[in-house]
Amino acid sequence: MSRRLLASTLALAAVPLVALLAQAPAAGQTPSSATKATTGEKAWTPPRTVDGKPDLQGIWSNNTLTPFERPKSLGAKEFYTDQELADLTKRVREGSQGEEVEGAELGAANPQAVRYDLELYGFDRGKVRYTSKRTSLVVGPEGVVPPMLPEARARNAARAAELKGHEFDSHEQRSLSERCILLNQVRIPMTPGANEGNLLQIVQGSGYVSLLHETDHNTRVIPTDGRPHVPQSIRQLQGDSVGHWEGNTFVVDTTNFTNRTAYRGSSDKLHLVERFTRTADDTLIYQFTVEDPTTWAKPWTAEVSWTKNKGPVYEWACHEGNTMIATILRGARVEEEAAQKKGK
Amino acid sequence: MRNWLSDSVIAGVTVAVVLMLAAMSGHAQAPAYRAPRTADGKPNLNGIWQALNTANWDLQGHAAGKGPVPSLGAAFAVPPGLGVVEGDEIPYLPAAVAKKKSNQASWTTLDPEVKCYLPGVPRATYLPHPFQIVQSQQNILINYEYADAVRIINMGAPTKAPGDSWMGWSNGRWEGETLVVDVTSLMENTWFDRAGNFHSDALHVVERYTPRSADTLNYEATIEDPKVFSRPWKISMPLYRRAEKNATLLEYKCVEFAEELMYGPLRKKSSN
Repeated sequence: MSRRLLASTLALAAVPLVALLAQAPAAGQTPSSATKATTGEKAWTPPRTVDGKPDLQGIWSNNTLTPFERPKSLGAKEFYTDQELADLTKRVREGSQGEEVEGAELGAANPQAVRYDLELYGFDRGKVRYTSKRTSLVVGPEGVVPPMLPEARARNAARAAELKGHEFDSHEQRSLSERCILLNQVRIPMTPGANEGNLLQIVQGSGYVSLLHETDHNTRVIPTDGRPHVPQSIRQLQGDSVGHWEGNTFVVDTTNFTNRTAYRGSSDKLHLVERFTRTADDTLIYQFTVEDPTTWAKPWTAEVSWTKNKGPVYEWACHEGNTMIATILRGARVEEEAAQKKGK
Repeated sequence: MRNWLSDSVIAGVTVAVVLMLAAMSGHAQAPAYRAPRTADGKPNLNGIWQALNTANWDLQGHAAGKGPVPSLGAAFAVPPGLGVVEGDEIPYLPAAVAKKKSNQASWTTLDPEVKCYLPGVPRATYLPHPFQIVQSQQNILINYEYADAVRIINMGAPTKAPGDSWMGWSNGRWEGETLVVDVTSLMENTWFDRAGNFHSDALHVVERYTPRSADTLNYEATIEDPKVFSRPWKISMPLYRRAEKNATLLEYKCVEFAEELMYGPLRKKSSN
């Protein structure tokens, strides 16, 4: 498995990733990788930290138009041609509001309330782009998440049934994201959110790689000293991550999840392997493989091409400003009271 | 001639004595410990650290006391402590004294820690939780176990904050063995401790992290806030390395532990 992963990482690195962007005149910032990929055959040498490790540091954004799963009409087509991608990009950028473009996940580029720098967060429809030629983030001939096992479907259905009719009983029935406990955008594996806050800052110290997600200041400080996972008795919403270097790739293995942090319906048996490979000064390939024998018959892999970003990373204090939970619950109580009065 | 000679001898002796005294006093102020270096030659502060004191209960010296929840008995009583404030006096402006007192009287409802809010600086340092320093050339990241709070200390040319925040904006520099961090743009919403010590949005903190042995740092913070205090004042304390094998920060997302307090009254009445 890991051999196949490595091979596909290398294959992707060799592909002229963002070449189409160089062709699109509307592209505000043409990544230098595009130029390199089209002009030179010289292999890019990743910079090193003072400790001699591949230097992944900087601020990265995973904003992309590439959809998570492949549109059915594309069948087994895993990559677009340069021309196809250029045409698609043009359609999305020029598209009228609300237009659905098959093969594009507009995400933050959909019209919504504006916070600050439009371009920075992918709000600006004129600047959105595909960050790779992939037709979907999920890799392989299928390009979709494998079907869920019957036992997993039953498990998730039972949980949904239990919640039904009680969604507003108390804070405990609301989602972890709504409660500012674990926001959807920062859940691992990290997938592009249809929202702002896709920034990740990487800081490397001796023996550790730290990943700071702008969204809700979610931070993982990952040891690279070969230590084992914490005891299985310790379960955490973000699991327990340990890392190591494989050539130029930072590999992170995460287990010890809870059963409250289902990723696409997974259980606490979730085993996640993330691989970070910098392929150009402004490009970092984030690949992850999800394994959970109680949810899917086989592991599956997705890959997101991240782009260097100028930042800065803002402080995102979700809980401190969370008036939503109280408002939702108060609303539910008011409605109940009104219904009761009406009934009398 | 003779006079000139004796004059110069006296002058020489004086210089020597002054130099000796200077060396001695210098020695008394800062033990000449030289920390191990990172690959780029800076004192290596990487590691998991924790304060071992009662500053989070009260920055000033205090005797032991009963805990805030009678039903918990002695299990959560207030531990005594010598205090961490230089001179043990916090120089509140007369107008601010009353607020400190009322804060203290109602701390169980007013202290931002009770609601798991971000702790601010310097409180993050001496909360009863470990924190981890990840040191690179350009940035130093500090991740605190409490609430997964985090700061990035910019080690490059100083930058200006884009806006006020709970954890502030940190610019750092090296002064010999010491990491000096200038923290600005802090919101007024954080406190210094459970004793109601507070500040305004004019708070300016200068932190100094100085290695004093392989497994201890000295932490100093100079606190300046002309809206609340009549002069700058200083706290200092040792920080200890968490030296356990495989020491690690664990998840302490405390929002969940504050929810019943914050949202419990909005629960559906148990009619069914």
